[in-house]
Amino acid sequence: MELSTNLLIFTGLSLLMITTAFAAVTTSRIMRAVTYLLFVLFGTAGLYFMVHYTFLGAVQIIVYAGGIVVLFIFAALLIGKGTIDITHTSKRRYFAGILTSMSGMCIALYLITNTNFVTDKFTVDGVTMKTLGNALMGTAKHNYVLSFEVLSILLLACMVGAIMIARKK
Amino acid sequence: MEQLDFTILILALPLICFVVLGLCGMKMSHKVAGLLGSITLAGVTLLSYATAAIYFGAGRNMDGIYQTITPYNIKWLPLGETLSIDMGIMLDPISVMMLIVISTVSLMVHIYSLGYMKGEKGFQRYYAYLSLFTFSMLGLVVATNIFQMYVFWELVGVSSYLLIGFYYTKPAAIAASKKAFIVTRFADLFFLIGILLYGFYTGTYSFTPGEAVLISAGAVIPIALGLMFVGGAGKSAMFPLHIWLPDAMEGPTPVSALIHAATMVVAGVYLVARMFPIFIDFAPETLHIIAYVGAFTALYAAIVACVQTDIKRVLAFSTISQIAFMMVALGVCTSTDPHEGGLGYMASMFHLFTHAMFKGLLFLGAGAIIHAVHSNEKCHMGGLRKYMPITHITFLIACLAIAGIPPFSGFFSKDEILVACYSYSTMMGIFMSIVAALTAFYMFRLYYLIFWGKSHYEEQLSQYNAGTLDKKPHKPHEAPATMTIPLIILAVITLFAGFIPFGHFVSSNGHLYDIHLDWNVATISVVLAISGIFMATIMYIKGNSPITNAINHNMSNIIEAAYHRFYMDELWLFVTKRIIFNCISRPIAWFDRHIIDGTMDMLATVTQKIGDVVRPIQSGNVQSYSMWFLGGALVILTALIVFA
Amino acid sequence: MIVPAEFYLVLATVLFFIGVFGFFTRRNLISLLISTELMLNAVDINFAVFNAYCHPEHLEGFFFTMFGIGIAAAETAVAIAIIINVFRNAKSIHIKNMIELKH
Repeated sequence: MELSTNLLIFTGLSLLMITTAFAAVTTSRIMRAVTYLLFVLFGTAGLYFMVHYTFLGAVQIIVYAGGIVVLFIFAALLIGKGTIDITHTSKRRYFAGILTSMSGMCIALYLITNTNFVTDKFTVDGVTMKTLGNALMGTAKHNYVLSFEVLSILLLACMVGAIMIARKK
Repeated sequence: MEQLDFTILILALPLICFVVLGLCGMKMSHKVAGLLGSITLAGVTLLSYATAAIYFGAGRNMDGIYQTITPYNIKWLPLGETLSIDMGIMLDPISVMMLIVISTVSLMVHIYSLGYMKGEKGFQRYYAYLSLFTFSMLGLVVATNIFQMYVFWELVGVSSYLLIGFYYTKPAAIAASKKAFIVTRFADLFFLIGILLYGFYTGTYSFTPGEAVLISAGAVIPIALGLMFVGGAGKSAMFPLHIWLPDAMEGPTPVSALIHAATMVVAGVYLVARMFPIFIDFAPETLHIIAYVGAFTALYAAIVACVQTDIKRVLAFSTISQIAFMMVALGVCTSTDPHEGGLGYMASMFHLFTHAMFKGLLFLGAGAIIHAVHSNEKCHMGGLRKYMPITHITFLIACLAIAGIPPFSGFFSKDEILVACYSYSTMMGIFMSIVAALTAFYMFRLYYLIFWGKSHYEEQLSQYNAGTLDKKPHKPHEAPATMTIPLIILAVITLFAGFIPFGHFVSSNGHLYDIHLDWNVATISVVLAISGIFMATIMYIKGNSPITNAINHNMSNIIEAAYHRFYMDELWLFVTKRIIFNCISRPIAWFDRHIIDGTMDMLATVTQKIGDVVRPIQSGNVQSYSMWFLGGALVILTALIVFA
Repeated sequence: MIVPAEFYLVLATVLFFIGVFGFFTRRNLISLLISTELMLNAVDINFAVFNAYCHPEHLEGFFFTMFGIGIAAAETAVAIAIIINVFRNAKSIHIKNMIELKH
């Protein structure tokens, strides 16, 4: 099998993501966990670039890496180092967790490998900004202005809610 | 007959009186409550007499019998097309006769109780119970069908229970009331089964179901009637169900007079008389069994009565014996024709009538004596004739009546019974004559022990005067007027009731029957009675006669056994406690406790154990919840993959 | 050569179950949140990949991913606010204290 550049990049990305994701759920230090998560998020952005969804990749980096991870870091710092106990649960639950997730993964992988997806429409063109803008703001079929507006309201509500919850009495 | 519509008042008045006294009695003074009860009863008595006057005054119908009248009959509980439970009032010669008996004795007891119960705690309650009892008893006799009779029968049982246990702080009274209730209730179970059998096979609860259904019911009828008689035997204290009656004497004495002498205990006799036409035509063998049971009971009770020391118990056993006489009289009937074998029916009802009067009188007299000396025991009496002249005379009249001395009423009715017995079989006649002689003996023994002999009071007084006794004895005194007037009234009735042409009103086939004395039988019975009285006179007129001592000495075993009523109570206790409790109740209780309860306990324990196992799953931990959730989802998914 | 869609799907599956594993075993609310983000990411990848390989003409998966990222941000903000509130009240964000569901 010919090793193409695409495949090479994909392999590298997937190795990075799996490793850091695993590290993120096993490390005993909260700050390290957040950092590992950051690498996974970057890897995800890489995958979006690979399927030529550059806008999505940009959003991934800006919102996730720039926003969410910063939130995590703030929370970790606010709560304080001393109180963060990140050790795992009892051995029994640990193995139960491994067992459940492993069996779930096996079933999912079995389904993926045994299903024939019709994946012959892939193009390297990606989407233009014009198409995106029209789809996001349009009101016709397969246009998403309503979802967009609903999401904006949701974000506003979350903002207000977060302030209400977190503020001191 | 529309002018008999007022008969509903005979039932309604005592019931209303009971409700009023029961609900507001405690707000009234004793006097008001007592007068209310007595005046109501006086009204009931007047109405009963009016009923009798109208009923018998209307004369006979075309067939020469008094028409049966039902002024009221309401279908109360329809059970099937023909079968229904009715409530109503039925008037026929015997129910009208019973109305007179019950209301008269009840009125006497009401008046008497004004004096006897004076100042007792619960005086109003007492009158309320008396009203309830009178109501139930009247309802029983005017019942239009066997089921209504049963309903009132049980009401009578309940009010009797309440009255026997009137002194509810006294353990003996409680035990006696429970005993009476349980024994009669046990007998009533058979009564109920008999009624149900009867109703099932004849399709009606009526007393006169018609010949066709009775013939088709066939062999069931004697069984059903026999079972009904067991119920009657329980109420009428026939051997071996008599054990409750002597103990029931724990109640107030007027109650004993009302319930346990004149009214409730004759309910069994009344029941048999009520079913008499069916008995005669379809179950003559059952009827004769009743005669034998009655004859044995009469002898047994008479013997026991000869040795009792408690005067009320003597009277109780005498009652058992006399009721047995009535049962025998009914039992020896062989046809409905009073001239040929049907005399017993009339004799039985006649004796019921006269016995109610003189036995009520005896009990009320005994009450006056107990009131005077504050004891039931004969050893605390003696020589009372000087102190209580009225009681003495009336008691003597009653004794002569029950002994069967002419011209007192008991002579006539007992004579008719003996005639009926002799016409059934000579053996039966001789047997019952002997019992009649025993009756005369024990009644006069009682009479002499109370009114003659050495006065207990005088002995005590002389001891007090000599300084050996600290307390001055209580001097016996004559009872107040409220108590003596009923005594006198009843004594007058006892004197003259024998001359009532009873056969003109009541007879087995309803036709007019003239009572005529059979001089042979009458002579025998009078001779026997006089010899009984003579025996009692020489034995008991003086305190200690040598004959009495010799008899006591030689027959001490029999006397001891008779004093303990031939150990019938002990036998019952043995049967119930040892055999029924140990062999039946205990295993059932064990089964209930260990098998039934055990199963339930096991279910509970298993559930609890499962709960203990399952409980940790509900840890409140979101992680374990989600783990179970995912696990379950995976199982379902796997199942879908494998089976789809 | 184009990378086959299945490769992405396998990768996403692995990431998802790593997140699940973390969610089951971590004992700290912030760590749980991190695991949740991992799972969300894996799902987002799936949407994007299916859109790109199966229905590139409609962009449904694309926008679903985009809105998913937005909602993830909102969710994280609220969750962290809650965590801070819990910490303020319980002086701990240890999972063993969060057993109110039991009652």
